[in-house]
Amino acid sequence: MNSFAAFMTKEFYHILRDRRSAMILFGMPIIQLLLFGYAIRNEIQTVRIAIIDQSHDRITEAITDKLLSSGHFVLVDTFSSDDAIEEGFKSGEITEAIVFEAGFGRRFVREQETSVQIITDGSNPNLARIVLSYTTAVFMDYRASLLQGDEEGKGIAAETLMLFNPELKSVYLFVPGLITLILMLVSALMTSISITREKETGTMEVLLVSSLRPYQIIIGKVVPYLMLSFINVVTVLIIARFVFGVPCRGSVTLLLLESLLFILTALSLGIFISTITSSQQVAMMISLGGLLLPTVMLSGFIFPVSSMPLPLQIISTLIPARWFLVIVRGIMLKGTGIVYFWQETLVLASMTLALGILSIRKFSIRLT
Amino acid sequence: MSIEANELTKCFGSFCAVDRLSFGVNRGEIFGFLGANGAGKTTAIRMLCGLLEPSSGRASVAGFDVGSMAEKVKQNIGYMSQRFSLCDDLTVRENIRFYGGIYGLCDRDIKARTGEMLQRLDLASSADVRLGSLPPGWKQKLAFSVAMVHNPEIVFLDEPTGGVDPVTRRRFWELIYEAASRDVTIFVTTHYMDEAEYCDRVSIMVDGRIAALDSPRHLKETFDVPSMNEVFLRLARSTGDEKREERQ
Amino acid sequence: MRTIVFLLRKEFLQIFRNKGMLPIMFIMPFIQLIILSNAATFDVKNVHFSLIDKDRSVLSDLFAEHVGSSPYFTLTSGSMSDQQAFNAILEGRDKLSIVIPEDFEKDLYRYAQAKVQLMIDAEDGYSAGIIQAYTREIIESFNGTIVSQRLLAPGTRTLTESPQVGNIRIISSSWFNPELDYIDFMVPGILVILVTMIGLFLSAMNIVREKEAGTIEQINVTPVKRYQFITGKLLPFWIIGLGELTVGLFIARVLFDVPMLGSYPLIYAVASIYLLVVLGMGMLISTVTETQQQAMFIAWFFMVIFVLMSGLFTTIESMPVWAQNLTLLNPVRFFVDIMRRIMLKGSGIQHIARETTGLAVYAVIMLSVAVNRYKKTSG
Repeated sequence: MNSFAAFMTKEFYHILRDRRSAMILFGMPIIQLLLFGYAIRNEIQTVRIAIIDQSHDRITEAITDKLLSSGHFVLVDTFSSDDAIEEGFKSGEITEAIVFEAGFGRRFVREQETSVQIITDGSNPNLARIVLSYTTAVFMDYRASLLQGDEEGKGIAAETLMLFNPELKSVYLFVPGLITLILMLVSALMTSISITREKETGTMEVLLVSSLRPYQIIIGKVVPYLMLSFINVVTVLIIARFVFGVPCRGSVTLLLLESLLFILTALSLGIFISTITSSQQVAMMISLGGLLLPTVMLSGFIFPVSSMPLPLQIISTLIPARWFLVIVRGIMLKGTGIVYFWQETLVLASMTLALGILSIRKFSIRLT
Repeated sequence: MSIEANELTKCFGSFCAVDRLSFGVNRGEIFGFLGANGAGKTTAIRMLCGLLEPSSGRASVAGFDVGSMAEKVKQNIGYMSQRFSLCDDLTVRENIRFYGGIYGLCDRDIKARTGEMLQRLDLASSADVRLGSLPPGWKQKLAFSVAMVHNPEIVFLDEPTGGVDPVTRRRFWELIYEAASRDVTIFVTTHYMDEAEYCDRVSIMVDGRIAALDSPRHLKETFDVPSMNEVFLRLARSTGDEKREERQ
Repeated sequence: MRTIVFLLRKEFLQIFRNKGMLPIMFIMPFIQLIILSNAATFDVKNVHFSLIDKDRSVLSDLFAEHVGSSPYFTLTSGSMSDQQAFNAILEGRDKLSIVIPEDFEKDLYRYAQAKVQLMIDAEDGYSAGIIQAYTREIIESFNGTIVSQRLLAPGTRTLTESPQVGNIRIISSSWFNPELDYIDFMVPGILVILVTMIGLFLSAMNIVREKEAGTIEQINVTPVKRYQFITGKLLPFWIIGLGELTVGLFIARVLFDVPMLGSYPLIYAVASIYLLVVLGMGMLISTVTETQQQAMFIAWFFMVIFVLMSGLFTTIESMPVWAQNLTLLNPVRFFVDIMRRIMLKGSGIQHIARETTGLAVYAVIMLSVAVNRYKKTSG
């Protein structure tokens, strides 16, 4: 038992002494969280537009005024031709062009019907949609402001209740995903590297002939990262809560327990990776490319799974993060209990078990 | 003088790994640079090879100053590190070709040297085997030859016989003798005291300083002991005594 | 120079003999390109919803039908209680619940106004916004057609018409990508990421690996000049990077049908410069780290920040101004932008001159610092 404790202590020291890596292990989640919270949004701040006014009347001026004073639009230029618009798009100067046809105001007043051309840069669909809806809203608002009294509000209107995130803050979506990412990174990546490093430098053999049993070696290597992950999760939760106001409406204990389960899943993934290669470099690239990237893209972290093509949705079920995200979001944002995600929990547990068994088999094959 | 060091010093902060080394090595000599692990041997050799800048003092190797003309030094020396660091993924032949090339040998010379080396080292049958799959003794032989592929005036060997059996070690020294007979200066560090017997002269480093410098025979006579091992023990003990006295 | 040829030969031999890394370098990126491009979409499709009709009138039936016919929404249940509907959202089965209240039809006939209640799962704020927008669209179109027919006097065209104020018809068009296809948007960006990963990680780890093994010392002790060594180390990955870009472009065109309006030589010219930036960064990282793990970590650290702030997943325009300014330091941002512009809009050299110059400056700085830091003789 003594040599085991000594071994684990050595592993701890090893991590802490590597200042650069330790700084990144602790600091990266925080930086990512701050980036996601402060910088990455899905709302638009400013849009650079060009206005081509072939009419130049009272009405077009009023509408232009309204556009520019809304705070979202910045007038870059007043072009005079289609070609100029294309050049503007190509050089990235503008994201939208608004063309008022000649006689806009006259038609609006006399003929009750006029039209305006709104041209968006489709190379960025996200932006194009949002910009179009902002612009349309300004036009509709202008019109509505001219309407009187009982002309307004005819027809069916919707009363909307936004559940769990009334202000539609994007950070609510990202924080659970961030937690998932961090746990995956620290647990799977670090573990696989740590074990393959011993293999590469030949010290694994030394460990195996020592008095330590194989399972003790694995546990000794893995426990420090388990604790590290835990500290990371708690840090992220605290910052998310007190800096960004992301709530934890469900049970914190449950969240931590489920996190523990996910950490175990990630750890067993890391161990598994280390059984299929002896090269640090390969382990790293498998973890980064084969683990982290799919986790970010296919788990529902940023892109909704239900919008993906069916084959990808199937692949997504193989990714532990996908299940964990449902659990975390459930606890943090919806405030649900285990009754709601016992299935997901079961999936994670079986994945951990399967990986564990596979790793043990591979490990013992090597030894005999 | 092939190698001349004058008050050569290297300090890392307040710790001086090499402390005012002064010595000279003649052309064609086999010079043993002995000392315990941590005595400063590797630091000294790295300075002489132009890999490390001295904190103070000077040294000239092959006529060039290691501090200001390190690159000129490198053109005229060969080096073999403790880990015989050649490219494990390349074959024997490819390794020779690579190092021959970067030392500026023309293609014809490379071909000639390759044939020569393969024959002399008895590696012809493994010419196209990857280095990584060869036993350490063979890698060692190859590393030594590669260090000399460009026929340098001086060859630095840093613990060249680590991790091989005594028979291989002795064969290796035969290679060294052969090189010395062709007027190549051999500067070899080792912590195997028995290998010291093979050198023309040895210096023994203790705590960054040279505690003794002479031929093995003279040293044994001076200390009145039968082996270099004993010489070393006596030295280590006496400097230990000196140190204790200093502290008091 | 001859020496460089020898160095290059050695590097390439080592790269291609590293059996474990070969699939990772040459197969994985393209699998990723294919999978990730398909995954990356902010489109909201297949929205599961429940509808509770408490009115059971002609109009409410018509409304329910109208909603159900929308291609975006998928009805999971039409008969639930309020609690059940809420639970369905809680469990994640539905994202939306629509409740048509009692007196729906009566209110419409009497006051020309009625309400429906929506409950939207707003975990994902952005998607929720889109769902809300879709629902509004559906309601507007229902207002414009069925309601107007039933409610208004003949002659009046739509509910939103008014004798006093004219109508503004919005003719919207989206240039370069009229279908607003996400694939066109994402593929150039993901291509950039892949090339960046090769350039950054492999170059950094490659040099550090030699440091760890000690073979770099063996090179330092030879008369090989600094610039020769560096070229020998970086050129292979520069070539491989461009090679991967080529295959990636091929996949983008053939598999994803991403348009290519611009010129290929231009892409390669910019890519060459960009790779220099990335390789320089990788080299710089290798000079400040001692182990492969450290190198990978630092590379990963910067990679994540660069990718997040590159406009790949979220638009630059949506960042606060201070963050937008920060992205000016991000080479990935520039290259993603340039790639999109050249491929989707057909931008020429004059349109991307500013960004390309920025990249070139970056490359010069990175490489200079890296070369400077790499010393054959340590202090």
